[in-house]
Amino acid sequence: MNFQEITALISSQFPDLHINADTKGPQPILIIPVESVAAVCSFLYTNENLYFDFLACITSIDNGPGLGTMELIYNMTSIPYGIDLTLKTIFPRNTPGTPLPSVPTVSHIWRTADWHEREAYDLMGIHFVGHPDLRRILLPEDWEGHPLRRDYDVQERYHGIYVRYEDGTAAPLPDNEDRA
Amino acid sequence: MSERIKTGDGGIILTNAEDLMNWARLSSLWPMGFGLACCAIEMMAAYASNYDLERFGIMPRPSPRQSDVMIVAGTVTFKMADRIRRLYEQMPEPRYVISMGSCSNCGGPYWEHGYHVVKGVDRIIPVDVYVPGCPPRPEALIGGFMKLQDKIRKTHTPAPKLFLEMEASQTVTA
Repeated sequence: MNFQEITALISSQFPDLHINADTKGPQPILIIPVESVAAVCSFLYTNENLYFDFLACITSIDNGPGLGTMELIYNMTSIPYGIDLTLKTIFPRNTPGTPLPSVPTVSHIWRTADWHEREAYDLMGIHFVGHPDLRRILLPEDWEGHPLRRDYDVQERYHGIYVRYEDGTAAPLPDNEDRA
Repeated sequence: MSERIKTGDGGIILTNAEDLMNWARLSSLWPMGFGLACCAIEMMAAYASNYDLERFGIMPRPSPRQSDVMIVAGTVTFKMADRIRRLYEQMPEPRYVISMGSCSNCGGPYWEHGYHVVKGVDRIIPVDVYVPGCPPRPEALIGGFMKLQDKIRKTHTPAPKLFLEMEASQTVTA
């Protein structure tokens, strides 16, 4: 089954959905609305002509405050049929002080999405609705901000240590500093 | 020194307690067995049979409470910084720190854009010897240990102030 057939199959299953196909590049991309990610993924996983049983990767992209959008790219493979598919969704990014952008989780479809979504949450600040355990995965729990965003500014100090190279050695820690 | 056959009978070594203690300390430096990144691979190579740190009395210990020296081998992230500080605090004195590699010396390649990297382990614990390199070869680490041994050999621990005061007052009364 090729890309056009998969697109047609999804269009017939979800007639109300606004689906775009980007076939300019060497890797055709199916662009779907953000709120339908879980429904489309569930269909791709269960349909007996597709069986996309392997989620290889979730990529998150921040297009910056200028464009004001973020993207999520899902690369999946159907091992029984030997076909690949690239799904993309584009959604508005939040400004500082407003809630994080929300995307439906796919962790109930592919277990591997659990940690991928935690990483996207940790570094990019995307909230996955319905995720069973959306905590930071790489950075410490008390970290502020999401460092891979375009407009990220490093915090001045972390536990009393200056973060920037230029700021030099840290001042002595207060006695009540939490060192756990 | 003159050539002499060591028979083991007779012979006198004249020294003082301070030099003897320093010699004992520098001859069995036990590092804490932990590594943070790729520098740790070179550190392990230095422990292993080709370079054999054991011949200098250097063998890794599994606990900070049994260690004399901490080799900070690798990138110190902010997440690890608290743990390193705590491990250092658990080591008994006298304790020494070798900072191994560019990352733990000054942040290394992460000095500008590394939001997650401490720009030098000397920002959290005092460092005795810095070993440059990315990563340093085992020879460089051995060189760092030689420097540390030199430093220990030249150590003159000042007598505690309280002791000196007691001694002074006793001299007056006697």
